[in-house]
Amino acid sequence: MDLWVRHLLPVGLTLALVLMGAMPTHLPGFAEISPQLPLIGVYYWAIYRPELLPASMAFVIGLMNDILLGTPLGVSSLIYILVQGMTMSQRRFFLGKPFMVAWCCFAMVAAGAILLEWALVSMLYDHVVPLTPAVFELLMSVAVYPIFSWLFGRTHAAMLRAE
Amino acid sequence: MKPHSGALGRLATLRLLAQRFAFLSLILASFGLMIVGKADTSLMERLRLGVSDALAPILEVVFRPASTIADVVNGVRELGSLRTDNARLREENARLMHWQTVARHLDTENQALHSQLNFIPDPDPSFITTRVIGDTGGAFVHSMLLNTGSLDGVRKGQAVIAGEVMVGRIAEVGQRSARVLLLTDINSHLPVMLEGSRAKAILTGDNTDRPRLNYLSPNANAAPGDRVVTSGHGGVFPPGMPIGVVSSVQDGVARVEPFVHRHQLEYVTVVDYGLAGILPSDNAGEGREH
Repeated sequence: MDLWVRHLLPVGLTLALVLMGAMPTHLPGFAEISPQLPLIGVYYWAIYRPELLPASMAFVIGLMNDILLGTPLGVSSLIYILVQGMTMSQRRFFLGKPFMVAWCCFAMVAAGAILLEWALVSMLYDHVVPLTPAVFELLMSVAVYPIFSWLFGRTHAAMLRAE
Repeated sequence: MKPHSGALGRLATLRLLAQRFAFLSLILASFGLMIVGKADTSLMERLRLGVSDALAPILEVVFRPASTIADVVNGVRELGSLRTDNARLREENARLMHWQTVARHLDTENQALHSQLNFIPDPDPSFITTRVIGDTGGAFVHSMLLNTGSLDGVRKGQAVIAGEVMVGRIAEVGQRSARVLLLTDINSHLPVMLEGSRAKAILTGDNTDRPRLNYLSPNANAAPGDRVVTSGHGGVFPPGMPIGVVSSVQDGVARVEPFVHRHQLEYVTVVDYGLAGILPSDNAGEGREH
């Protein structure tokens, strides 16, 4: 009965991360370097349950992210689709590998994604936007990956138990 | 999945092809959005605002507990600095009392001079104070979401202030939500002047927390500590609204430290000075409604 609810979880949780990205934290200096949370969701589910967060959903999540954050429309969509596609095509490599492998690969994927985002935004604004905040955004994203990966892992385990 | 027969194999190939095709069309759609967004900004704006209008109530409810937690943390932190704060405020109060006397004196003098000159004052501003419901973090955009929109009278281009200091301007308005472009955003350009020398410049954000002064005349001699205020040019903001102080001058580039602290913004005020402004989209926005 609630199978479809469970199957909505990956997309729902990743959309929740999009909303979290817009939360006023009131922490000094945090807004500029806040992590790219939805990227974690897209990456994680592309490895473990790609059929529940397909490229079309990655596109929608990216669209929501752009709308909420105010980045030029289409930038996050493109990045999330690419991350989803690339990760999914290599997912066999990750299955059964320790957490460290997934974490390191996330760092590489996120670096590529944020660099591409930086290049696209610079192009669309006709200005080179500073790279330093982007680097901090990357570091923050990599730093918080274990927390969200753990949360997703628990959710996934619960989903599997119920199935 | 191993194909057992020819038909199944063909089905699998077809499915793979369809997936590839969907993937490619999504990528093309993303590029299409970027190009359309660059060419036709008003269409994209309407799309954006439709969604943020729908999300505004959700954000408001979801983040209320978060802001309560932040309030509690702040309360505890403030307890620690109560004594020093008190001493500092007493001292400041004494200094301000002196300034108040000076200001009163100047105000009466100014009024007398105005009446002698038949001076036409700027129209009285109207205010809308509103909550910040989204501090959209990220390395590429410096903006915030407010939970008021065109239904409450917010218009594009209006000034947004916190207390007495400039925060930014309204960049997009939906029915129930609006987006503030902060001073530090790379797309923010404000006509300003140095308060002391009245030298004009354009304050241009570059996504760092210290926007720069462009087109400042070379003999203006900006020095660290100079106050920067709005110049009123362009007819969008009234002159004299405080923005920040010059923080550094290096290789002829002056950078400004804004008075506003982004992380402290909880409530802001949208101010309508009744100035028509030179923003073309302002009129277009009004035209759509009629």
